[in-house]
Amino acid sequence: MNDLSASPQITYQAVLARPGVVRRIRGLSDRSLAWLFITPTIVLLLAINIFPLGWTIYLSFTNYRANRANAPTKWLGTDWYQSILTDPDVWAAMQVTAHFVIWTVIIETVLGFGLAFLIDKKFRGHGLWTTIILLPMMLSPAVVGNFWTFLYQPQIGLFNYVVAFLTGRDASSFQMLGDVTLSPWAIIIVDAWMWTPYVMLICLAGLRSIPDYIYEAAEVDRASKWRQFWSITLPMALPFIMLAVLFRGIENFKMFDMVNLLTGGGPGSTTEVASITLKRAAFESWRTGYSSAFAIILFVTVFGLANIYVKALNRVKSR
Amino acid sequence: MSLSNAAHSVVEPSARTRRIAGSLVALYAIITMIPLIWIVLTSFKSPDDAISYPPKILFTPSLEGYCNLFTTRSRQTPEFIRTLGPPQGLCDSIARDRNMVIAGPSNYVPRFVNSLIIAFGSTVLAVALGTLSAYGFSRFRVPLKDDLLFFILSTRMMPPIAVAIPIYLMYRTLGLSDTRLGMILLYTSVNVSLAVWLLKGFIDEVPREYEEAAMIDGYTRFQAFVKVVLPQATTGIAATAIFCLIFAWNEYAFAVLLTSGNAQTAPPFIPIIIGEGGQDWPAVAAGTTFFLVPIVVFTVLLRKHLLRGITFGAVRK
Repeated sequence: MNDLSASPQITYQAVLARPGVVRRIRGLSDRSLAWLFITPTIVLLLAINIFPLGWTIYLSFTNYRANRANAPTKWLGTDWYQSILTDPDVWAAMQVTAHFVIWTVIIETVLGFGLAFLIDKKFRGHGLWTTIILLPMMLSPAVVGNFWTFLYQPQIGLFNYVVAFLTGRDASSFQMLGDVTLSPWAIIIVDAWMWTPYVMLICLAGLRSIPDYIYEAAEVDRASKWRQFWSITLPMALPFIMLAVLFRGIENFKMFDMVNLLTGGGPGSTTEVASITLKRAAFESWRTGYSSAFAIILFVTVFGLANIYVKALNRVKSR
Repeated sequence: MSLSNAAHSVVEPSARTRRIAGSLVALYAIITMIPLIWIVLTSFKSPDDAISYPPKILFTPSLEGYCNLFTTRSRQTPEFIRTLGPPQGLCDSIARDRNMVIAGPSNYVPRFVNSLIIAFGSTVLAVALGTLSAYGFSRFRVPLKDDLLFFILSTRMMPPIAVAIPIYLMYRTLGLSDTRLGMILLYTSVNVSLAVWLLKGFIDEVPREYEEAAMIDGYTRFQAFVKVVLPQATTGIAATAIFCLIFAWNEYAFAVLLTSGNAQTAPPFIPIIIGEGGQDWPAVAAGTTFFLVPIVVFTVLLRKHLLRGITFGAVRK
């Protein structure tokens, strides 16, 4: 072995002949090195993600309560699952979540694609403006949510002032966060403000992936700009738009931090998205078994969405 | 497309189109910046200016928000304040104008330090683990590779609250609740999935021929990894590190549920900064401004890699 590595020439010959052999005899084999490199990550994820997940599954079948850890634990079977799936409050939370997810995704996709379309015109200074537009999505949703409560204050908030200025209504006549019809929109506005740039960035990549010669060919065929948009731009950017939609869909399905700070689920439960219901059950009423079952149901839902996402991702990649 | 070509090309937008597009984008950018500018302005307002109606755009700048952010104050009688010596520093004199004396430092600095330690600790770990795994997945034939990669990604799909329940119980048993170590491990586990996916893309881009050449010259596989691949992937590693840093810096759900005093980071702390009679908005704005400045710097540094980062490396420019 020493002889081999001391003599590059021989090694070179050997590599030409059978690459695998030489690599294996030098120190660690590739296979053991591969496992050495990958195992720490897998172990960490098993310890901090999979083991707890298994524990959650176990707890979801019991009446365990985290604030009464010493009380005897009773096996309940699938009772929690049945009660969750028939609980009107859970369905109300699911409806709130669906309303939030659907509207944010629609608004962000339309605005984000529109912006990307404009930025793709490559006007002077587009790099600078793009960087400015991207800022909100990099910020902490919690800190942003907290600050928007200030902008939404009925008496003193900037948002109310601007709306009052533009519509002529009294700035104290409406409460974005305290009104049952307005508060679901209040969280949608903040989310759209934060995440439109995200969709924009992915759509921009889609638009830039369309080669110029296709448009040139369309011009030769005298296709109108309108026709070019519907027959070339949109279909070719579609996989990217889908990717953005799925990412936003999954993220907003899990939404917690921003909503928790803006409304905390209120008023009543009008903005109580699934994660907030879960947090209330788990960390306020300490129904650990119940909330574990709810967590599993949410996880299975997200996992289903993730599967769709990976398929779409592969389709984008294979283009 | 070269410049001389562009003038004749049929696909290049006209000057008028560009002007309109540019104005619309600029308009959106300005509107989107207003909340951020408002945060910074509010941090320099006095509490009265901050809550005045109509909102004040022109005001006398004051550092009261920043003073209130870093100190705790107690109300005293004017007679008592007169018995004290001359005020020490700007914050002291601002406080005395309001019949208060500075009682001590606030919790903001310790929370900020926690944020720094936890963010940097978890980033270093996640990037180290991520680089190793990414190299493993990129260069070796690993059994069930696609399944393992999907498993790594799927851990990121879990709703944080769902993970927080058992983590809370596990950390309580292990004595890791409300410790920096616990938070570092937790954020590492969340970030490592992003790190593996991003870094695999970056390492895939380093040509295999470089390592093979190095190994022909007598390097072992490990030496080739350290001396050839790592230097080539530096940009990617740096970009990945900044993404991990930003996640850990911004994270709120785990922090608010699993920490209370010792290991609490800034995001759960900033919303609970309160003054006399409700939220002290200039102080909250000051805390927010301080907290957001590093992110703004990082965003500018990262702008070329943003797309990759937010799509887990799925889309490359």
